[in-house]
Amino acid sequence: MLKQRHLLGLEGYPAEDIQTIIDTAFGFREVLDRPIKKVPSLQGKTIVNLFYENSTRTRISFELAQKRLSADTVNFSASTSSLKKGESFKDTAQNIEAMKIDAIVMRHPSPGASLHMTKHVDAIVINAGDGTHEHPTQAILDMMSIQEKFGKIKGLKIGIIGDISHSRVALSNIHGLIAMGAEVTLCGPPTLIPPNIEELGVNVSYNVDEVLDWADAVNVLRIQMERMGIGLFPSIREYRNLFGITTERLQNHEKEIVIMHPGPMNRGTEIDSSVADSKNAIILDQVLNGVASRMAILYLLLGGKQLEV
Amino acid sequence: MTPSKIKLFMDATAISRSVTRLSHEILEQNHGAEDIVLVGIQTRGEPLAERIKALVDEYAKTNIPIGSVDITFHRDDFRERLVVPQVKGTNLPESIDDKTVVLVDDVLYTGRTIRAAIEVLLSFGRPSKIQLAVLVDRGHREMPIKADFVGKNIPTHEGQHVNVLLEEIDKKDAVELRIYDEEASC
Amino acid sequence: MNVTKQPKTLVLKGGTIVDPLTKKSYPGDVLIKDGKIAGVGEVMADKSATVIDCSGKIVTHGFCDIHVHFREPGREDKETLSTGSRAAIAGGFTCVCVMPNTTPPLDSPETIRYTVEKAENLPVYVHPIGAVTKGQKGKELTEMAAMKREGAVAFSDDGVPISDATVMRLALDYGKMVGAPVINHSEDVGLRNDGLMNEGAFSTKLGLPGNPDIAESTMVNRDIEIAKIAGSNLHIPHTSTQKSVEHIRRMKKQNIHITAEVTPHHLYFTDADLVTYDTNLKVAPPVRSADDKKALIAGLKDGTIDCIATDHAPHTIEDKEKTFDLAPFGMIGLESCFGAVNKVLVKESGWDVESLISAMTVNPRRIMGFETDLFSIGTKAEITVLDTTIEWRFTEEDIYSRSKNSPYVGRTLVGKPQLTLSKGMMAEIG
Repeated sequence: MLKQRHLLGLEGYPAEDIQTIIDTAFGFREVLDRPIKKVPSLQGKTIVNLFYENSTRTRISFELAQKRLSADTVNFSASTSSLKKGESFKDTAQNIEAMKIDAIVMRHPSPGASLHMTKHVDAIVINAGDGTHEHPTQAILDMMSIQEKFGKIKGLKIGIIGDISHSRVALSNIHGLIAMGAEVTLCGPPTLIPPNIEELGVNVSYNVDEVLDWADAVNVLRIQMERMGIGLFPSIREYRNLFGITTERLQNHEKEIVIMHPGPMNRGTEIDSSVADSKNAIILDQVLNGVASRMAILYLLLGGKQLEV
Repeated sequence: MTPSKIKLFMDATAISRSVTRLSHEILEQNHGAEDIVLVGIQTRGEPLAERIKALVDEYAKTNIPIGSVDITFHRDDFRERLVVPQVKGTNLPESIDDKTVVLVDDVLYTGRTIRAAIEVLLSFGRPSKIQLAVLVDRGHREMPIKADFVGKNIPTHEGQHVNVLLEEIDKKDAVELRIYDEEASC
Repeated sequence: MNVTKQPKTLVLKGGTIVDPLTKKSYPGDVLIKDGKIAGVGEVMADKSATVIDCSGKIVTHGFCDIHVHFREPGREDKETLSTGSRAAIAGGFTCVCVMPNTTPPLDSPETIRYTVEKAENLPVYVHPIGAVTKGQKGKELTEMAAMKREGAVAFSDDGVPISDATVMRLALDYGKMVGAPVINHSEDVGLRNDGLMNEGAFSTKLGLPGNPDIAESTMVNRDIEIAKIAGSNLHIPHTSTQKSVEHIRRMKKQNIHITAEVTPHHLYFTDADLVTYDTNLKVAPPVRSADDKKALIAGLKDGTIDCIATDHAPHTIEDKEKTFDLAPFGMIGLESCFGAVNKVLVKESGWDVESLISAMTVNPRRIMGFETDLFSIGTKAEITVLDTTIEWRFTEEDIYSRSKNSPYVGRTLVGKPQLTLSKGMMAEIG
């Protein structure tokens, strides 16, 4: 039903398929409002959640989506120490293959790891984050939330604020939003903006107030404290002064701006608590849409036979 | 594949007559309109349910609740289907608990759609009773399902197709039997 | 590949002789008697001579690769001097220089001696390159003079950049007395940071940390400035960036004696090829942008870059099957070398094959101070017979190295060595 067998990333992913996923996801949103939130769509399918990196939120969201579709799920968490040995990767893949698993949802710290996995297994692979590369399901749920709020994606102005260099969320969002016809401006300290990012068709700004003036919605990314230690930004105070989405800063802007955050938030660092809890924040809608869009992705990838392309 | 023959089984008048009769039968068997909820199965069950509601409301001087179900996620044949599902959404009245739900659909065939629709209803609550009203029963059941109210029985062969057209969707009212000549289609 | 002893008298008949020393090519035969050149051009052979038909082929000097890793001692599971020599002879090479980053490293006269003795009976000439600093730690110079006496032909801490400019200066000063080139893996460790591939749009798209071109070029510039003061022989290995080419070109115009090499993979691939996360393309320095590739080709053509060297770096399948970030750097390259560079430089870029052959024979031998006139009568035969037009698919069957980490597998190459004569042996590659 979708053109690609796996969901590894949104780079080059067909816009019409992104739209199909979002449309189907709205169907599942309705299922999530039922007293009994379960449909039999993936009965008899087995999905393994292979997490080489801790990500409680993403894993729970996927697990919930799988359970609501009546799929059987198995969770596998590999420790970082066994990962460092490296050789376990192929073994794990072959073991999974031998156990007749239909799909693998995979989180791994290495860029390209999910693509690597497809070379070892026949199962459908869904990338739940591969290092600093992509996190396509997060971008799809973000776009679904944007469409829910604005009724469209095309023509909207979206700002992505924070650590772009180390963010798989940013990269997938950029590919998806551009494909869907939105305009994207990235904003953060130059030390956290990756080289040649303009070639992906985005604008870059170092002035968050300009971006807030321009944007219909901003996606605020998490700032990781460990980046400070290696000199990528000097201090929380300086970051907050320059890029923090604070109440005072938003008060200086007449226009209402929709606030998004992929979580987990550092309240008081990249975003103020009062902003995160304000009526313009759709952060909790993102969480609910996360389950719905992951249901849609699993349903569309595992549900039907593959269209020959 | 184009059908070699199209046979008109019901015209607008015949459909209208059937819907009227169905409405009367629903009221009669349930001793009035109390606790009745009409639920149309997407796509063509929905306008049919609306037509029945208009008549029932008129006869019983009431305003019965109406809703629709989308069975896309409950289908047992979707793994064989090659198209992207068109999700239209389920829209039910506040509560169906302890109500008599009358499911409305255009054609009763294998019974699988009805099975899925019952499953959807059950994930919303516990109706006291579920009944089934269809415009056409064409036979060839694959499940132990029987309609409580039938507009018209049309005996068919496998491979024939009963096509219900409704003004609200198809710009005209008609029930056609499409016959595919196997030799002609080879 | 079939490796046998050379017949007592051998005639390579009817080919085109390319003399890379004069860059002249002409039809003719080559006569070899008792493993030595006995005539080039019009030759007289007695009836008992073995005649090999070389019509349609090029007959030229055996290739010389001044940059290979044969992993012995220490990682014999990846390569040995013996398996590496077979890979070399299959690629038309008769002479290789092995880098000292073994375990232990070749940082003493004893380890140099070990390598020389171990390689004595192999079918190709294997010359060790000694480490510049003890343990390749970048601090204290090795006993270069004693190592030179035992057979070290150059000095390098390859794989590990000499970060301390003072140590580099001392090495170049001391190297001048020893009379051997110093080779520095030019990469500013700070700028390289955690870089896994070339920094640019592709590293951004792939989410891989980038290694910027200036990590190389700033250190190349540093090294050539030091070499200018020292007045000694600096050789720049695996040049990969446009900026480095420009620095080298500028310095060569001032008649400063520096030399430079480029690898086949920096000429063949670009960072765009990494979209598959093929770990066989993970090399140090990384394959660069299309513009860099263009500049490297131009640099070879105008003589800024002197020679081609493979940086043959074997790794086990287990190592290369890891995810991209954990896999080691390096690819093998001896067997695929001529087919790859001939395709890119001659077929696609219109360079003359005579110049290409010079960049694989005379030029590298000159850098290392080896004999370059291999067609003179009485020289021990080091000869390669080439088919320069054959288009062939490179497969694992073509690999003689103990490791198979080649990104060329499955690709179509143009031109292939057919026959290699070296140290009295004859390899029919087929």
